[in-house]
Amino acid sequence: MSSNQQNIILKTEGLTKHYGGVRALQDADFSLTEGEHVAIVGDNGAGKSTFIRQVTGVEIPTSGNIYFDGNLVDFKTPADAKEAGIETVYQNLALADDLDVPSNIFLGKEETYFNLGPFSFLNEKKMYKKSIDVLAKTGIKIPNLKIAMSNMSGGQRQCVAVSRSAGFASKLIIMDEPTAALGVQETSQVENIIKNLKEHGIPLIVISHNLRQVFDLVDKIWVFRQGKIVGCVETSKSSTNEIVSLITGVKLGVEEEASFI
Amino acid sequence: MIQAQKNFKSWYKKLPPEFNIFLVLLGMALLFEILGWIFVGQSFLINKRRLIIMILQVSVIGIIAVGVTQVIIMAGIDLSGGSLVALSAIVAASLAQNSTYSKAVFPHLTDLPFLIPVIAGIGAGLIAGFINGSLIARTGIPAFIATLGMLVSARGAAAWYNNGKPVSFLSDEFTNLGQGAWPVAIFLTVALVFHILMRYTKYGKHTYAIGSNEEAARVAGINIKRHKIIVYSIAGALSGLAGVVTASRAMSAQAGMGMMYELDAISAAVIGGTSLFGGRGRITGTLIGVLILGVITSGFVFLRINAYYQDMVKGAIIVGAVILDQYRNKKLKNKDKDI
Repeated sequence: MSSNQQNIILKTEGLTKHYGGVRALQDADFSLTEGEHVAIVGDNGAGKSTFIRQVTGVEIPTSGNIYFDGNLVDFKTPADAKEAGIETVYQNLALADDLDVPSNIFLGKEETYFNLGPFSFLNEKKMYKKSIDVLAKTGIKIPNLKIAMSNMSGGQRQCVAVSRSAGFASKLIIMDEPTAALGVQETSQVENIIKNLKEHGIPLIVISHNLRQVFDLVDKIWVFRQGKIVGCVETSKSSTNEIVSLITGVKLGVEEEASFI
Repeated sequence: MIQAQKNFKSWYKKLPPEFNIFLVLLGMALLFEILGWIFVGQSFLINKRRLIIMILQVSVIGIIAVGVTQVIIMAGIDLSGGSLVALSAIVAASLAQNSTYSKAVFPHLTDLPFLIPVIAGIGAGLIAGFINGSLIARTGIPAFIATLGMLVSARGAAAWYNNGKPVSFLSDEFTNLGQGAWPVAIFLTVALVFHILMRYTKYGKHTYAIGSNEEAARVAGINIKRHKIIVYSIAGALSGLAGVVTASRAMSAQAGMGMMYELDAISAAVIGGTSLFGGRGRITGTLIGVLILGVITSGFVFLRINAYYQDMVKGAIIVGAVILDQYRNKKLKNKDKDI
């Protein structure tokens, strides 16, 4: 199917995922237009991460369709999604702790001198230089790129994970809780990266618990509750009150819950 | 004083991680040297013959250890090495017999060029390794169990192959491969090739990545299943090569060959700093680990100490190496928490 609206980049129809008897995601109809930045919010266990895992090929949906860039897609592995142009920053960082920064940034897409399949020789110089460029673009400073990730602070690690995705201009970037467990300064660095992406017109989906951040950064907010999409609101026409009530399922007018702000 | 300490620390940090284990090797050699002068009245190290034998007797273990090292770096394990030595030795030998011998295993396949038994032996190991890898990658059973199964089955297959009888009367062309310093040359070549593969190629990088964080490697788009199968296949092929060398060195093959070699190979890798948790380790470390095993064996023979003590000491060294590894690992993890 080619979508009616030319500018829809990602669309899901009836996306459903069951883990045995657990209905983690039910009939999710989602859409994202080109250049748009949206946030996915919801309580723990609302199905946010599950939704992301289906879209990025980490898991295979129980049922439903995913359209990406105008085509019906069927990602079997994360590599398929990556090849199609979806870059993802995972909640658990997904870094190889024993490897250094360039190795992590180029993991799975290494630069080589000439192609000998798995036995291709790595072009470490090129990867090192490009890593510096990628990190510079995101404004992150890491003094020594040649040490193992396990020797770095949580903020540095997160910045590497984020810039790994953001550095490779692609059709869609997805970030799962990119600023959880980060300090104030590091959070603003990541937010700068996101704003930078907006300027470049690269669409983004961000999962966040931080409503202040969400209102600051994105155009639209999708609210998940108990495995279902319960609402989609434009940031400019909404308030934290409305979002909180959607998240918790309580009617409007309820007191703001401090933990969400 | 403090400045000197700092200087030492930064100097020490710049050294390759194998430095510690190299000191152990040096210390052991010196210990045997001193004991040699006291108890035997001659030098341990200044003896060309002894040094050659020292490396010669561990080169077969070394070839297996190189294969096992890359498996352990990938956070796997391969217990089938010793049995694959027996299986591939017997397969290779059966195709390397002289036509002068009337009871050859394959009477029509005698006096073949030496490359045919060599390839057959390596091939037998490769197939067994492929089965190991496929079982682990496709069924998801622990590597320990899959390769334990192969350890038992391959030994059985080696006995079944010629009804438990040894295979001998091998061609000179084939047995030449195991004479003189050839096994040492083969071992060092294998070590060099795999040092380059692990350090400078995509193959090596992905092996480390999978051992370090399999989930991260998967979401980064690395084909984990394919990579595991390749790594285990190569480990099997190297055990096969070790079997070929063993058969040509012994000028015969039988199903009891290579008993416990897998444990020596794993020991060499672990002593050399390869982490059983995966993600860390280098071929150079394994090379030193293999040499340490060689020094222990030669040293005990040299001092005419009962061989039982040798095994006891070896066991203690292995356990010590793993304790050290665990300690290092904990230190790394605690560091994470601090930040």
